Amino acid sequence: MSRRGFLGMAAAALGGVMLAPGIRLIEVAQAAAPSAGANPAARWGLLIDVNQCAEGCNACVKACNAENGLDPAPTRTSAQWIRIVQVKETKTNRAAQLPVMCQHCAEPPCVDVCPTGASFKRADGIVLVDRHSCIGCRYCMMACPYKARSFVHENLSDQKPDVPRGKGCVESCTLCVHRIDRGERVTACAEACARAGHHAILFGDLNDPDSEIARRVREIGSTALRADLKLRTAVRYLGL
Amino acid sequence: MRTPQDTRNFWLLAVLGGVLTLAGLGAAHYMELHGHVVTGMDNQVVWGLPHVFAIFMIVAASGVLNVASIGSVFGQPTYKPRAPLSGLLSVALLAGGLMVLMLDLGRPERVIVAATHYNFTSVFAWNVFLYSGMVAIVALYLWTMFERRFNAWSRPAGIAALVWRFVLTTGTGSIFAFLVARQAYGSALLAPLFIVLSFGWGLAVFLIVQATMYAWNARTLDIAIQRRLARLLGIFVAASLFLVAVYHLTNGYFAKQQAFQAFILRDGGVFPLLFWGGYVIVGSLVPLVLLLHPRLGDARATLAASALIVLGAFAWLFVFIVGGQAFPLEIFPGWQVSSSFADGAIAHYVPAMPEWLLGIGGLSAAFLLTVIGVRVLDFMPQDDLAAGH
Repeated sequence: MSRRGFLGMAAAALGGVMLAPGIRLIEVAQAAAPSAGANPAARWGLLIDVNQCAEGCNACVKACNAENGLDPAPTRTSAQWIRIVQVKETKTNRAAQLPVMCQHCAEPPCVDVCPTGASFKRADGIVLVDRHSCIGCRYCMMACPYKARSFVHENLSDQKPDVPRGKGCVESCTLCVHRIDRGERVTACAEACARAGHHAILFGDLNDPDSEIARRVREIGSTALRADLKLRTAVRYLGL
Repeated sequence: MRTPQDTRNFWLLAVLGGVLTLAGLGAAHYMELHGHVVTGMDNQVVWGLPHVFAIFMIVAASGVLNVASIGSVFGQPTYKPRAPLSGLLSVALLAGGLMVLMLDLGRPERVIVAATHYNFTSVFAWNVFLYSGMVAIVALYLWTMFERRFNAWSRPAGIAALVWRFVLTTGTGSIFAFLVARQAYGSALLAPLFIVLSFGWGLAVFLIVQATMYAWNARTLDIAIQRRLARLLGIFVAASLFLVAVYHLTNGYFAKQQAFQAFILRDGGVFPLLFWGGYVIVGSLVPLVLLLHPRLGDARATLAASALIVLGAFAWLFVFIVGGQAFPLEIFPGWQVSSSFADGAIAHYVPAMPEWLLGIGGLSAAFLLTVIGVRVLDFMPQDDLAAGH
């Protein structure tokens, strides 16, 4: 065979090998049945009252770790979906602590940058990662202004059936979507905070004018973290 | 004429490149098996050394094509005989860079998903098209240069490649330019900055390879051509330095960016050291003297300058990519913060062995492709033929 012929054959074969699996996958993907979907009328969110967040308490973090099967004693590379941040205002020395988690933005930068669409926003405003199409590029972690996302750095065991996770994918707070889809109306963190007697985290539907969360954000001044970015978060803070 | 010694040297280089490429693949396999816990990366520094290598190669892949563009698009006879080599290096560097980028994914085995599911608001998704399109266009371009019947198409193909690589490097710069979250990024200046950086890095790589090929064939590059390429490289380095300076001056002027500027340029330990020592002095000022000083600028000085520019490129990319992440996100402006998740803390990232091996493996893959390409097809610049002798 001539060199020219060989190069031509090689290019054609390589092209075929590259394209064929993709074409096959499109068929598989299109065969999937559509699911019921989330309620587009709802906008699930959290209202966090910083004045009620008790110093030294991390009941919400423990509850989240237990609910979602996360590492109870996190290392540098562990996933942390919710964390307690100690804050001190430089000018006034006012100190406080507050939980930070995925803020479930209406304009999520993580969704914008995700190359495969694995980062997505449900109709009810919950921002999630599809663990089947996340390729682990970590671009969403570069884009998130809240450091809300974690990358699974190693093999996992003892996962919760409701919360599938996997090495090499990015993940973050799901707003306990498995509970919402079961019809429950409280997240693990809000439940634990109330049980500890602090009631610093309130979960609810911001779109329902009669809900407690909608009433409180209407009546009391609350703020979004990095409000300057205009991401329209579903998590709001009181007393910051 | 190929001597037995030539053949032996070819196999030596091919085996060297092959072994290092295999070591990189082995490191990637190790990372996939154990997860990124075996690297130095964590939830704060999520892109580490592999991205430094990958982005260097992808940016240089675009810049190295300059030589071809100047030849076939702008009709400069000195550059025309260098166009094939320039195209080969472009494809080889792109392949090496993409190899590193893909193998550093959390789920490299799912890379096909990036070709079946597109999110068109993602710069990464645009880049999937830009990178694969670049390989296709440069391959066509090379074909029009080698196949005599298609020589007339060489100029249109060259123009397409020129336009495409501008868009490609804009795309690479935009990976960072479109990030609103971090202090280091989110600037439209990054797209033109990456384009100008690509000119310098690409030409430096080209000159290193060309010098090696001339030495191998015991030939000397015409002094006029040599001077011309050296001056051009000097201009690219100066232009890069200018844009980098403007980027930092702008940031220094904005009060909200000053803490980050102080970190990257003065207080940040390894980052200011690499910025001033690695990029500014070793990677820019010394090469400028070597290239533009009237009594220097000979073959040896140009080669040394090119090598220093490549070192400076790695230093700059490390500062830009890792330094940009090591500085904490400002979620609470005006507050001091701390947490179990390293809020408010400077990240200490030390690249681990698998990351070095993967990065070097990608460079070796580009090297191997170049060595094989040069052996199989005729990429040696033929100045005497071009001049019409």
